[in-house]
Amino acid sequence: MIAETEQLGTYLESFTEFQKRAAGRDLPWLRKLRESAFARFCEVGFPTTHDEDWRFTNVSAITKTSFELSRDAKVTKQEVEQFGVAGLGCQVVFVNGHFSRELSSIGQLPAGVSVSSLAEEISASSSSVGSHLGRYLDIHRDAFSALNTAFAEDGGYVHVRRGVVLTEPVYLLFISTAGDKPLMSHPRNLIVIENEAQATIVEDYVSIGETVAFSNTATELIAGENAVVSHYMVEREHRQAFNISTLRIQQGRSANVSSHSVLLGGGLVRNNVHPVLAGEGGECLINGLFIGNGRQHLDNYMLVEHASPHCASRQFYNGILDDHAHGVFHGRIIVHKDAQKTDAKQTNRNLLLSDDSRIDTKPQLEIYADDVKCTHGATIGQMEENALFYLRSRGIDEISARKLLLLAFANECLDRMAAGVGRDHVEKLIHAHLLQIANSVKPLSTVARSEDLGRNLEEVG
Amino acid sequence: MSLLEIKNLHVKVGNHEILKGIDLTVNAGEVHSIMGPNGSGKSTLAQVLARREAYDVTAGEIIYNGKDLLEMKAEDAACEGVFLAFQYPVEIPGIGNAYFMRSALNAIRKYHGQDEMDAMDFLPLFREKLKLLEMDEKLLNRSVNEGFSGGEKKRNEILQMALLEPKLAVLDETDSGLDIDALRIVAKGVNTLRGPERAMIVVTHYQRLLNYIVPDFVHVLVNGRIVRSGGPELALELEETGYAVPA
Repeated sequence: MIAETEQLGTYLESFTEFQKRAAGRDLPWLRKLRESAFARFCEVGFPTTHDEDWRFTNVSAITKTSFELSRDAKVTKQEVEQFGVAGLGCQVVFVNGHFSRELSSIGQLPAGVSVSSLAEEISASSSSVGSHLGRYLDIHRDAFSALNTAFAEDGGYVHVRRGVVLTEPVYLLFISTAGDKPLMSHPRNLIVIENEAQATIVEDYVSIGETVAFSNTATELIAGENAVVSHYMVEREHRQAFNISTLRIQQGRSANVSSHSVLLGGGLVRNNVHPVLAGEGGECLINGLFIGNGRQHLDNYMLVEHASPHCASRQFYNGILDDHAHGVFHGRIIVHKDAQKTDAKQTNRNLLLSDDSRIDTKPQLEIYADDVKCTHGATIGQMEENALFYLRSRGIDEISARKLLLLAFANECLDRMAAGVGRDHVEKLIHAHLLQIANSVKPLSTVARSEDLGRNLEEVG
Repeated sequence: MSLLEIKNLHVKVGNHEILKGIDLTVNAGEVHSIMGPNGSGKSTLAQVLARREAYDVTAGEIIYNGKDLLEMKAEDAACEGVFLAFQYPVEIPGIGNAYFMRSALNAIRKYHGQDEMDAMDFLPLFREKLKLLEMDEKLLNRSVNEGFSGGEKKRNEILQMALLEPKLAVLDETDSGLDIDALRIVAKGVNTLRGPERAMIVVTHYQRLLNYIVPDFVHVLVNGRIVRSGGPELALELEETGYAVPA
């Protein structure tokens, strides 16, 4: 407890200094937003495993570390090239949460599309920032959202105006660099897709150099009426990294939003996805794949809120866990009183490749309407020894056979992504990562255990 | 030299001895049928030939094509030309049938130092074999065996055999659960592949299959031992008398 109080002191120091120099420090509304968020953070403190929403994820490694707010760091164009998406026009690069003009290439955008950094928009007193920033992400949900809002200054800003169809994805690359001391950054993204507009956004989190780093990111994504939006989040930082990210989606009438999360890297990762279907007839796909090995901890917390009638939501998360990796899937669905004819579905499938890997999967349905359809199901299994032998009996070597089976499992998630640059990008990353896993997988201690351990939980409520 | 020579083969699964000294010689060009009651060890023999590791060979040897088969891993045996048509073909969701078979064919081609086949070259070959087994083209892109009927699964096995052109094909109860039409199609596929270079071991519970695939030799496996061997007429005799061990 004493340690925590000390850490709060460090955050207070950072915050006091931040308020003196941050973009938008002279804007009263923003000052107030940051101050109330910081006050909220001090009030609740970091969550512990006694909090129901954090039961399976211990963040004491974050709590106990003293992080400094990261400033500029030198990153060369060559260093960035290894990460980017070749041939893509619009790539926006952030180093430790700060926009880098020289590393970014925003290119020619169609009329009605703005892509820039949040800090620039704040400095320019953009009206869209004023009307959206902080309006959807609830600082009362958890300490991390509050902390992010307290330090909200820079990140991706994407605005697609009414009826504009953006065919190429907007690619946002977040690089965390090594420092002498543990660094933290709080990237804040604001994505506004107006009525009848379409866009694809990719957020990609990477790191250069292996020192302890803490990325606490938040994205507010507003999809107007009839808008169609695909959002990708890729976590591939190194194993010393803590990554807490929150995607808050606000959907208007008949909006169609797909969220694809791909967790490959990071040591301790918490991926929050929180869509609110606020208008009638909205559709939401929450698709994810998490692949962990070593001692990775990958937590996925889904909160799907049905606030209007006739909306459909689909959650599909697949996990592959090896070594001592620990995965969590918490799928919460809230159907509000007026959200009649809600159709909500949730599926979590997991593949455990080692004796010491672990998954905690937890559905949570809160239904306050009386005419709804909600289903959820979870499976936990191992790589099927029969399938492996079948492939090998046809001449396919063991590693290739394992890779094929892992790919087949991962493909369930890939198949839900629309064809395009975003999908190609994550597909390449997933394939490379799975080959690495297939190479390192040790045969399980006993054969034919899949039947014994295989569990299949399906319920209709 | 024989293609396959099994000498005094003893096999255990767990603590249970299933095969208790099998001797069998198979020459190229021959079709051998192994018949026997349930639990006699027929499938165990088939799985051991395909190199399933869960089976513990406690004594004996298997010389295949001049090499020690028991030293080979499953994939190596397959590349050397051993093929097992599974009694229960495995469903593999997420992997396309055509992709799976091309991967298998290419693994074998690579093993022999041949160029891999791309999808364009593979497709006509695949279609030709589909036709041989009177299979629907829609099975091209379906996941391996997923949602296939029993008959489709068995035909899919013979389809793989036709594509991979093994030297030694082991058919494990390929006839079980097939209606007479499917049986005829499967038998046609198998008979097309009969040739002087290729040997087959047809494991079956019923004599019926042997009306369509006429074997050169019939062996009766009871309780882990081959108790009788003879020509095709033995199968007919068994149909009458059953699998009783002669005194």
